[in-house]
Amino acid sequence: MYSLSVLCALLALTPLALILYHTLSLGFSALNWDFFTKLPKPVGEPGGGMANAIVGTLILVGLGSLLGLPVGVFAGIYLSEMGRGKFATVLRFLTDVLNGIPSIVTGVVAYTLVVLPMKHFSAYAGGAALGILMIPTITRTTEEMMKTVPRAYREAALALGISQWKTTLRIVLRTALGGIVTGIMLALARAAGETAPLLFTSLNNRFWHTSLGQPIASLTVFIYNYGVSPFDDWIAQAWAGALVLMFLILLLSIAVRIATRSVHYER
Amino acid sequence: MESILEIQEQQSKLKMTPAATPSSVLNNFVPVSDDHKIIARDINAYFGKVQALKNISLSIPGNSVVAIIGPSGCGKSTFLRSINRMHEIIPGSKITGSLTLDGQDIYQMDAVMVRKRIGMVFQKPNPFPTMSIFDNVAAGLKMNGMRRKAPLKEIVEKSLRQAALWDEVKDSLSKGGTSLSGGQQQRLCIARTLAVNPEVILMDEPASALDPISTSKIEELIYELKKQYTIVIVTHNMQQAARVSDFTAFFYLGQLIEYDETKAIFTNPHLKQTEDYITGRFG
Repeated sequence: MYSLSVLCALLALTPLALILYHTLSLGFSALNWDFFTKLPKPVGEPGGGMANAIVGTLILVGLGSLLGLPVGVFAGIYLSEMGRGKFATVLRFLTDVLNGIPSIVTGVVAYTLVVLPMKHFSAYAGGAALGILMIPTITRTTEEMMKTVPRAYREAALALGISQWKTTLRIVLRTALGGIVTGIMLALARAAGETAPLLFTSLNNRFWHTSLGQPIASLTVFIYNYGVSPFDDWIAQAWAGALVLMFLILLLSIAVRIATRSVHYER
Repeated sequence: MESILEIQEQQSKLKMTPAATPSSVLNNFVPVSDDHKIIARDINAYFGKVQALKNISLSIPGNSVVAIIGPSGCGKSTFLRSINRMHEIIPGSKITGSLTLDGQDIYQMDAVMVRKRIGMVFQKPNPFPTMSIFDNVAAGLKMNGMRRKAPLKEIVEKSLRQAALWDEVKDSLSKGGTSLSGGQQQRLCIARTLAVNPEVILMDEPASALDPISTSKIEELIYELKKQYTIVIVTHNMQQAARVSDFTAFFYLGQLIEYDETKAIFTNPHLKQTEDYITGRFG
């Protein structure tokens, strides 16, 4: 039994390790200072970087969080603290369904809701698509984590004459924060790694974006475009882009962990 | 007013005909007085379709300790939780009857206001795990908008002293509340309750999860607190009830069987059922 579980753990880690190794070995050689500071060069010209795409990805994830974080967290609070009866059951079910919808469909939704009325691709549309993708993960983790907070703390707070809302936000939410942050990080990482929904929302941009109402570059779309191109230097840059994206998410996770670490006291 | 008269009338009838009428009214030997702190009349409480309390009428004098005893599931905690409106937070719960605090109807008041005036200490110590010792005590005040440091400090110290915990924690106020021992945690919870400056303190088996030494500390504390507060304590421990309380109510199957001065309940109970329970023959 023990050896079987160790074997399966290894099996699960193998593709992860291979991807990491492959990305590192192929991407690292194409990484240089220019990659972080320069715009992409036209076809045939060597060098250049993906500065606009790195910033673009951060902006898209940021815009997505503006939508996904509050909606997800408050929906989770609703399901955990108030959600009873049919409506909550339906909501919970729909959230799970939304979690299973292919991200490209979410892209189509954002295309219909944002791109068509605006009549052009934009960072807003990409942010909307990513935000919608984040909602179910954040909602469900918030709900589950808040449900793990023992009723004793809610009762203690209410019995002190603390109102229901303050109890929910400042006692229950705060106690569950560690787990909720993990869920949010998962959602952010997933959103940052999405390509499909961005293809027809934020499109791509080989230059700096001038406004959020315009198409914007993103690492994932660049990786896609460069990865399928016939040019060796572009393919190498695609690997470098993948590497940067990976470390971007890693850094983000560490930063958020540090920022929220002081919340729990040692028991 | 009618119901008070009714209770008294029925009490006087008791000596002659101790049968037929509901026991909750019959065996109440503490006469209702208008200056009593809390007066409960005909309280019925339900969880869904299950009735947990049946026609409880009970009057609690100010600055006294009232113990509620009875076997598990007899409704003692439910009654306690109906006093500070904690019963109603359970989905599907319902309550009827009237409860007054200084003559004001508790169920007409704002629930948050009621809970500020009637504090509660729970069976298991439950300090907030995300907060320091200081913040645990200050929580009730801070979350209700009190920000200024100096008065907060003063109240925290006073409350911790009242709860006989100050000397043990004064050098570690910034440590986590959950880092304390069980007995200390329970005193921290008492300090947290005192900090809000309530008039009544409800205690739901406050010492049942504690060792004998911590238990005796809590009991001493109750004795001290009685001078300033009205205390209602639910306990499984009959010796504890006998030690700390002035009045004792015996609950059984959701009904008030007998309510009298503690001395009388433990030395000369009126009913066989009460006697059987306190002598350990059932329950």
